Amino acid sequence: MAEQRKLRILVAKPGLDGHDRGAKVVARSLRDAGMEVIYTGLHQTPEMIVSTAIQEDVDAVGLSIMSGAHNVLMPAVVEGLRAKGAGEIAVFGGGIIPDDDVAPLKAKGVREIFTPGTSTEHIVTWVQENIRPR
Amino acid sequence: MDFVSRLLAREVLAGARLLRWIDDGLPEARETLKRLYPHAGRAMILGITGNPGSGKSTLTDQLIRRFRARGKTVAVVAVDPSSPFSGGAILGDRIRMQDHALDEGVFIRSFATRGHLGGLTNTTTDVVHALDAMGWEVVLIETVGVGQDEVEVQRLAHTTLVLMTPGMGDEIQAIKAGILEIADVFVVNKADREGADRTVRELEHMLDLGRGVRPTLAELMHHGGKVALAAAEEERVAPEAWVPRIVKTVAFRGEGIDGLMEAIDAHRAEYLRASQEPDFQRARLRQEFLEIYRRTLIARGWSYLMSEDHLGRIVDKMRTRVRDPYSLADEAVADLGARPPAPG
Ligand SMILES: Nc1nc2c(ncn2[C@@H]2O[C@H](COP(=O)(O)OP(=O)(O)O)[C@@H](O)[C@H]2O)c(=O)[nH]1
Ligand SMILES: [Mg+2]
Repeated sequence: MAEQRKLRILVAKPGLDGHDRGAKVVARSLRDAGMEVIYTGLHQTPEMIVSTAIQEDVDAVGLSIMSGAHNVLMPAVVEGLRAKGAGEIAVFGGGIIPDDDVAPLKAKGVREIFTPGTSTEHIVTWVQENIRPR
Repeated sequence: MDFVSRLLAREVLAGARLLRWIDDGLPEARETLKRLYPHAGRAMILGITGNPGSGKSTLTDQLIRRFRARGKTVAVVAVDPSSPFSGGAILGDRIRMQDHALDEGVFIRSFATRGHLGGLTNTTTDVVHALDAMGWEVVLIETVGVGQDEVEVQRLAHTTLVLMTPGMGDEIQAIKAGILEIADVFVVNKADREGADRTVRELEHMLDLGRGVRPTLAELMHHGGKVALAAAEEERVAPEAWVPRIVKTVAFRGEGIDGLMEAIDAHRAEYLRASQEPDFQRARLRQEFLEIYRRTLIARGWSYLMSEDHLGRIVDKMRTRVRDPYSLADEAVADLGARPPAPG
């Protein structure tokens, strides 16, 4: 069988906010960079995201959060993955996240945070440089 | 616990990993598949095809519900196209199935075609075998749905559903071009829209006209040698007595699904009856083997050429036209055949 490895990324929108424009833009950019992007739509709970990430065997989960609930939702996904034995799946995120929240989120295991104004190219480059097929 | 035991215990983490190895063509996949094979053969395999937007994912969600209500565990294999430009893909079928994300009796996996034509991926057969061996009782396969050449799913699935939507004259054209042959059940979805009854009537008409004149394998084989092998791989092995049914549904409201389940059950009964016949069994197994054999030949052939600079040395010998490519190809195959199989 010919070996053919691809990065698989889950792009998910946890929480209650109803804007997925940003998430879709990121999903498309990752696709255009040759990755396989699983997109699950709005209103996903951390439990749903964890379960989906495991079933889809993704290499990383990108969370888009505009509602201000990132301090709860992002660590919940990290914790959930660890609890299920899938802690090696990297979690990164973006959305409306104040600079002050970045360090505490990283301390809780979120690998990278993209604050407002980050270009999608920057996000794609970060994924390419930091995520490897498992 | 060893990996295969974890798989046989239907452990999701292990199963998801195996499917990745299969999808990525890693050597571990093949070794694991060998060990899983004796455990497969119990699942009910259902294929769902039809144009993009016809409602396959929505209908799959409904079918998950029904099979779960019957107490069955359900695995879904959802295939979407890879971009021919970037090689990437957005896999969005799951969006319509996320109600089941937390149900431990449901496993959903999205795949990208990665250049494979025909509605599935190059390794969907292996994926389905693996899920079957793991003990998933129903395996639903949602194809890409790009058109007329999506016949592969019929070879893999026991029962194949073809979705149609009302008011699309060109779909009826597609029926002429082969979809008619693969459908066990036609689903006229979006029956809330105008023209559903007309689509049903057109389908009935098509069925009256053109069903049942399939060449037998003996006839296909008559064409000799290599063609016969390809033909045997493509042979339609299906219960002869079955007359395709036509069912109307409104998938996003869950309407008509009772009728659809009835049609699926009826076909299932016919399929199981046919499976008792040795000829039918042999035909199915032959097909299964031929597909794996073809992939094995290609993969071993390529990895031989790419190893130890075989390809480079062959090309060097051709440069002065002292050696011809036909003899070199014969020699390469003979040399390849004399070697033990590489792992994978
Ligand atoms: N009007 C109508 N729309 C439907 C029906 N079933 C599904 N849809 C919609 O059709 C669109 C495509 O459905 P989807 O399941 O993604 O189709 P797929 O591309 O074949 O998987 C979605 O917006 C669905 O909500 C139906 O019975 N009637
Ligand atoms: Mg779909």
